[in-house]
Amino acid sequence: MADAAVHLEGQRPSLRIHAHDARAAGVTHAEGQQHPIKLYLVVWGWLFVLSTCSYLVDYFGFHGYLRWSLILLFMVLKAGLIVAVFMHMAWERLALTYAILLPPVLVLVFVTIMVFESDYTHLIRVISFAALT
Amino acid sequence: MAETALTNAGESLERIEGWRGIAADWSSDQRAFKNVSWGKAMMWIFLLSDTFIFSCFLLSYMTARMSTTVPWPNPSEVFALTIGGQHIPLILIAIMTFVLISSSGTMAMAVNFGYRRDRAKTAVLMLVTAALGATFVGMQAFEWTKLIMEGVRPWENPWGAAQFGSSFFMITGFHGTHVTFGVIFLIAIARKVWRGDFDVERRGFFTSRKGHYEIVEIMGLYWHFVDLVWVFIFAFFYLW
Repeated sequence: MADAAVHLEGQRPSLRIHAHDARAAGVTHAEGQQHPIKLYLVVWGWLFVLSTCSYLVDYFGFHGYLRWSLILLFMVLKAGLIVAVFMHMAWERLALTYAILLPPVLVLVFVTIMVFESDYTHLIRVISFAALT
Repeated sequence: MAETALTNAGESLERIEGWRGIAADWSSDQRAFKNVSWGKAMMWIFLLSDTFIFSCFLLSYMTARMSTTVPWPNPSEVFALTIGGQHIPLILIAIMTFVLISSSGTMAMAVNFGYRRDRAKTAVLMLVTAALGATFVGMQAFEWTKLIMEGVRPWENPWGAAQFGSSFFMITGFHGTHVTFGVIFLIAIARKVWRGDFDVERRGFFTSRKGHYEIVEIMGLYWHFVDLVWVFIFAFFYLW
């Protein structure tokens, strides 16, 4: 830890010069993520609306595929808004966006595997423990 | 200002569009994430690993629910409350969802005011976020107490499949732990903001490095992630 800190301290002057060059070259990057407050309020409002919608799915007692597709739709929209705007993913460079957002997609492969696996387990349970349940 | 240099290490920030740009960034010298500081990149990578942890929990829940031959308890009924003589399904969870979303909203605004170097507003908004987070944990404690009183255990419950209890305690417990740690860190960083650490670039007592308002955004990433996980838990565990 201490070594790393010393190392970084040592590097700092050169970084400072680079930063100065960058600023001089007009590549100024405003401090971090700057967006109007209104954007956050609008997204906040949408999250409330979407949450209400997903609650109403339960309240009105929709069933079957309608229920599941509505739940998934509202879930994906909410997740998208949070990641894109609140977490600023929409403004990050693609190198980071893809590095973070692509790996979780592979979870869907795992889901598929486990769906087959649990169907099989269910079948075995029905066949073998039918007398017990 | 030298510190933004760490975020922005003087390299060319011009970006090439699409996949070629990604290939260019990843194959470039020294760093793949050009305009992202190490702190933010590491928080994202941590969140990615946390995503897999919660994915595994939700997957194990899915597997348990799909493979059991006993009916799954109806969450709509289990989490219903009677308020003023009215039986309202799932109402506590709905309120918890709104509380957590509100805390995400205040956090996003705290990040914004942090970058505007508005010390007071940032600190207050972070404390409001922490308060909403603590409210959420409190309501979760209430929910746990209620269910335990009704006889829900990790190995049995009065309504159906035994795995209901273990899935419930595991998933919401882990999420609640995340919220609790988030609240602790929010208070710690709000204190630093309030004291003006990031204006005078005071060095941290532990890392002895200068602090920046970027830490508010990094904290925000964690907090929004906690909210994000709740979106999935709400959809899959409570609504499904």
